[in-house]
Formats: sequence, structure tokens, C-alpha cells
Amino acid sequence: MQTNRLLTLAKQALLTFTVSLILFAPISGLVLEGFSFRNELTRAVLLAALVAAGRVALSLVGMTAIGRKIAGKAASNGSGVTVMTGKEKSPALILGLIFLAGLSLPFFADKYFLGIAILALIYCLLGLGLNIVVGLAGLLDLGFVAFYAVGAYLLALGAQYLGLGFWSALIIAPFLAGLCGMVLAFPVLKMHGDYLAIVTLGFGEIIRLVLNNWLEFTGGPNGASVPPPTLFGLEFTRTAKQGGVPLHDYFGIAYSADYKFWFIYLVLFLVVCLVVYAVERLRVMPLGRMWEALREDEIACRSLGVNHVFTKLTAFMLGASTGGLAGVFFAVHQGFVNPTSFTFFESALILAIVVLGGLGSTVGVIAAALVLTILPELLRDFAEYRVLVFGVLMVVMMIWKPRGLVRVQRPAFFPSTAVKGAGTAPLSASPEAVR
Amino acid sequence: MDVYILIQQLFNGITLGTIYGLIAVGYTMVYGVIRMINFAHGDVYMVSAYIAAITLAVLTFFGIQSVPFALISVLVITCAITALYGWAIERVAYRPLRGSTKLAPLISAIGISLMLQSYVQIAQGARDQGVPTLISGAFRFGDGVHFAQITYMQTVILFASLIAMGILTYVINHTRIGRECRAVQQNIRISAVLGVNTDRIISTVFVIGAATAAVGGVLVTFNYGSFNFFIGFVMGIKAFTAAVLGGIGSLPGAVLGGVLLGLTEALFAGYVSTDYKDVFAFALLIILLFFRPYGLLGRPEIQKV
Repeated sequence: MQTNRLLTLAKQALLTFTVSLILFAPISGLVLEGFSFRNELTRAVLLAALVAAGRVALSLVGMTAIGRKIAGKAASNGSGVTVMTGKEKSPALILGLIFLAGLSLPFFADKYFLGIAILALIYCLLGLGLNIVVGLAGLLDLGFVAFYAVGAYLLALGAQYLGLGFWSALIIAPFLAGLCGMVLAFPVLKMHGDYLAIVTLGFGEIIRLVLNNWLEFTGGPNGASVPPPTLFGLEFTRTAKQGGVPLHDYFGIAYSADYKFWFIYLVLFLVVCLVVYAVERLRVMPLGRMWEALREDEIACRSLGVNHVFTKLTAFMLGASTGGLAGVFFAVHQGFVNPTSFTFFESALILAIVVLGGLGSTVGVIAAALVLTILPELLRDFAEYRVLVFGVLMVVMMIWKPRGLVRVQRPAFFPSTAVKGAGTAPLSASPEAVR
Repeated sequence: MDVYILIQQLFNGITLGTIYGLIAVGYTMVYGVIRMINFAHGDVYMVSAYIAAITLAVLTFFGIQSVPFALISVLVITCAITALYGWAIERVAYRPLRGSTKLAPLISAIGISLMLQSYVQIAQGARDQGVPTLISGAFRFGDGVHFAQITYMQTVILFASLIAMGILTYVINHTRIGRECRAVQQNIRISAVLGVNTDRIISTVFVIGAATAAVGGVLVTFNYGSFNFFIGFVMGIKAFTAAVLGGIGSLPGAVLGGVLLGLTEALFAGYVSTDYKDVFAFALLIILLFFRPYGLLGRPEIQKV
């Protein structure tokens, strides 16, 4: 019995080794140099051995009692949701502390770290937006970056042609991006889910190619510059350039280039908080519940009278609006936009954030956005492996925990205390409370 | 109007179109069997281009000079290794996901696509790579100033694609495996009940798809001579457009869609704008999915509960 097992293991290892050696040998074993090649076969053999060892390790986990226990524990919360009992302690204190910590961050952080924090928050915003579309409504949007680009270019081109400023762009961007989302989504929402993915992918590329090729209007690959933000007409530059008063003159303090980033960070942080709040509210509203129901079973929902086109459209538009908002912040932070910031890779990165955060979980998405933007900054030496790791993580997540690392908690619904006090008919009252 | 330019664009379009058709086969067959868009397919094509160039370099290293022999052995070796890639991808990233959520295989496919791109970029470098011109020269029509030409390489592309399609059609229509593929395509559960090893058939479909993509990869590489790790993306979308144009799930549809897309794209590039050539293809895809999502030769899919 034992030898039999060992034999199977050895056979498995050998097979895996051979197959992976054939796979790795040409690409990592023989490196092209002009029309000739360089021999790196040891690298391929090492990789193949690594894969074979991994395979054996996986088999061992499946074979031994201890291994099974670990695997069982790891996979135990893979499916299903916990329903809150309604008696959990309110997280208001922790949330308040996080909020205060977030607000006071600029006073402690240096400029470099603040830059990373702004970028991380922008990705939070993008992740939250895409999470509405992919995580809650279950529509795979591979062209999300298009709405990001709409927001960013709205500010850049709006300032150039219409004299828009940061604040007006911030207000117009969600509407414009939402409109773009509607125009794109309305015709395709009625179709098969996979087609939506490919159409959005095509749309994202179209936007990028137009931005890249329409030289006279967008500046093409050279991009367009973005004016610095203002606060009630006060400017963050050393001397006034837009006809206002510089901020440091107005308050009579010394000039510092950091003020601009403080300002961007604070506004961005408040917007992120607002979006988080809105998403959390939406989830318990009928609309949010319809999104999630539609994601699970479209036919059942439609037979129960859910208007699937309207429901999906709202998800798509709200997601797009959030993407547009993020675009405005990106543009104002960079001070410059060009089409290379809006490639498919960016869409895939945002998708990775949503997937790793656990489709549908707000906390997970924020955590994933922070980790995926801050970690690459810390591990600059491994920068070239970043995309590879994202790819591996996406596959592993889908196999291991397709519903995300953070377990979804579903709020429970109870009749309000007023109803409870009124009589003994909570059963008939509770469905009303749900509505 | 120079009629030779038109003829030239038509030739270019047809050659390009057959390549699209070859790659579209992978999308259409996989979709037919497991109703999933294999996003990594474009990158499998990209990998095959690299394998072709490396195989050629190795053959030259061993002093093989005969062009037909080199071409055929590159084709065979590349097909074999790429097919193994197709098999491995299915085994690792898609098979564990059968019966998982609707989005899981799609996201997993995007993961594989990112992995392949970045793996090739790390291993082979980000710069453009090239292969030497194996076959040069062309058939020319017209006088010295105005002429249209078909290069010998384009002729090779047409013949090789025709042969590949012929073999594929034979396999699908006249062999046991082909019969099983068609059965699984019609109804995977009933096929399983009737004794078809559905897992093996799904693997086979991925292998066939990767191998035909490899034929396309070899031909494109030898035709254009240069490639990089990013070529799979645009080619993937275009081949997918071809598959949808012809009716996804239909094999003749993939070829028809490929040729149609190649022709319209070449004409658009020739007469309207080269810059917006890709925009045209993507826009065509969106319009197509809106008005006729089941394509030219496909049948509308009715969802049953």
C-alpha cells in the first residue's frame, strides 16, 4: 500500500517534470539573441523541478491525514455567507478611529509616502467602483479603465478648452462617466455575460486608441497637461497663475509645495469615505439586493419581476461614475495625462484588486487596493515579477476561494423597535422592513 | 482609382483573414464545448511565435539550411509544444473550476493571460524579436509602375492554412474524436451519460485550438518577421471578433468570419485610415454583438431553465 502510493507519487512527479520541462525549455531555457540564442537550460530545469515539487507537495497534502486537516480548514469557509445576528457591536468606534487616522496622515507622512497614499486611495476608489459592477452585479467589465480615462481627460481637456477647474470637473466627471457607461452598457446588457466582458474590453481599447490618435484634440501620445487645483480661489502655487491668491499668502504662512498634495489627499480621502458609505448603504437597499440576487441567478430574478436591464444599468453607471471620479484625482495628482496610463493592463490590475479583495466585499477591496499599491513600492527589486504574481494570484484565488478571502457578511433584517412594541405581529411586519 | 491597389488590399486582406480564421478556431471550439471565452488564447498564439523563432534558431545552430525542411519542422515542433501549452493551461486553470461560479473561469483566464505575457517578458526580454526572412520574392501583376504583388510567403500562408483547415475538418467530421467533440458540443451531460470521456474531449479541444493558433503564429512570424510579448492581445480580440462574426461555435463560421474581417480591415486601412484600423475592428465587434450576437452562421441561443 505504502510502496504503491510512493510509486504513484514518483510517477506523478516524473510526468509533471517532463511536461513542465517541455513547456519551459524553449521560452526560459533558450533566450533569443537576434537570430541566434543563448543557452539558459539550467533555469528551465530548475523551474520544472520546482513545479514537480509543488505538485508532489499538493498530492502529499491530499494524501496524509494532517495535510487533509489543514486543507479542510483552509477551504472550510469557501462557500456560504454568515448572516449577522443584529447583535454585533457597532464598529463605529473603530471606524471613527480609522477616519481620524486617515485625516491626520498628511501631518505625519513625508511627501514620498503621501504620494503612495494618494495612489493607493485612487486605486481604492477604482476598486470600489469596479466592485459594484463585478463583485455585486456580477458583470465582468474589462474596460473599466475607459471611465477612469474619461474622468482624467475631462479635467485635462476641459481645462484646456472650456476653462473647467478641479471642482467643476469633480462634479461633472461622475455624470459624464456614468453617461458613457450607459451608452456602452445599454445595448449589451441584454446579452450573454461573456460578451459583455469582450465588448467592454473593446470599448476600453477604442477609447485609448482614439486618445492616442486624435492628435489635434487630445494631444495624442504627448498627452495633455492638467492645471493645479484651487481651494475657494486660493492657489497652491508659489505665485498666482490662475488669477487668484496663493494660499500661503492668504494665510500668511511659508510656502511649501506639499500643501497641494495635502489638499488632494484630504479631498480624496473624504470622497473615498463618502463612496464607501454610499456603497454600504446601497448594499442593504432594494437596489443593492437586486444586484446581488441577479448575480446569483438571473432567470429566477426575472421571473420574480426584477427588471434586469435597469438593475444592471444602474450598477454599470454607478461603477463608471466612481471610475470617473478616480480619473479626476489621478489627473490632478499627476498634473499630466497621456494614453499610456489607460491600457488594458490597468483594467486587469483593478480587476485583480477586486478579485483578491473578494468579489463584493468592501473591506476586502480596500485592503487589496492598499496592499497591491503599497507592496510593489516596498518591493521595488521584484518589480518585474509584479504582473506575474498578479496573474498567479488571480488563478489561485479562483481555484481556492472564488468568493474571496474575506467572508461575506449579510446584514439581517428585523422589524424596527417601533413595530416590535406595537404588537405581536413581527412575522408579517418583517417583510415590510426588508422592503 | 488605381485598381492594383484594390487588388493588393484584397490579397493582403485574405492572407490576414486566414490567419484570423486559424486563431478564431481556438475560440470557437472552446466556446462550443464549455461556453467560455478563453481569454488566454491570444497569448497562446504569442507564445507560439516565440517557440517558432527559437526552434528556427536551434535548427540554424545545428546547420540545417534547407528552407522547406526548416519550415515544416518548425511548424511541427511549434504545434506540438504549443498544443502542450493549451493542454497544461486547461488542466491547471480551467478544469478545477468546472461547476464554480460563472465569473471564475473568465477571471482565471485573464490571470493566465497576464502570467503568459509577463513570463515571456521576463524570460525573453521586452524588446522586439525577429526571425530572418526565409522565403523572399513575389508574383507580380501589372506594369512596372502600377502593380499588385503576392509574396511567396503569402502563398505559403494560404496553402498552409488551407491544409490545416482541411485536416481539422476531416478530424472533426470523420474521426471518433471529432464525433465525440460534436456530441459534447451539443450536450455535455448526455454525452457523459452515453460514455464519452468529457474531460478528455475538453482537453482535446484545447489542444486542437492551441495547435491551430500555433500554425497561425508560425505563419505570421515568418511573414512579418518581428514580434514581441504583447502581440497576443490585439490578435486575440481580432480573432475573437472573427469568431463572433462567423457565429461562435461554428467552425466554418470562424474561417468565414476571419476572411471577412481581414478583408474589411485591409480595405479600411487602405482607403480610410491606418491609425484607426484597430478601432474599426473593435467597433465592428461591438456593433456585431448588438445586432447579430449569434453571427452569420450561428444559431441564436435559447436559454432554458
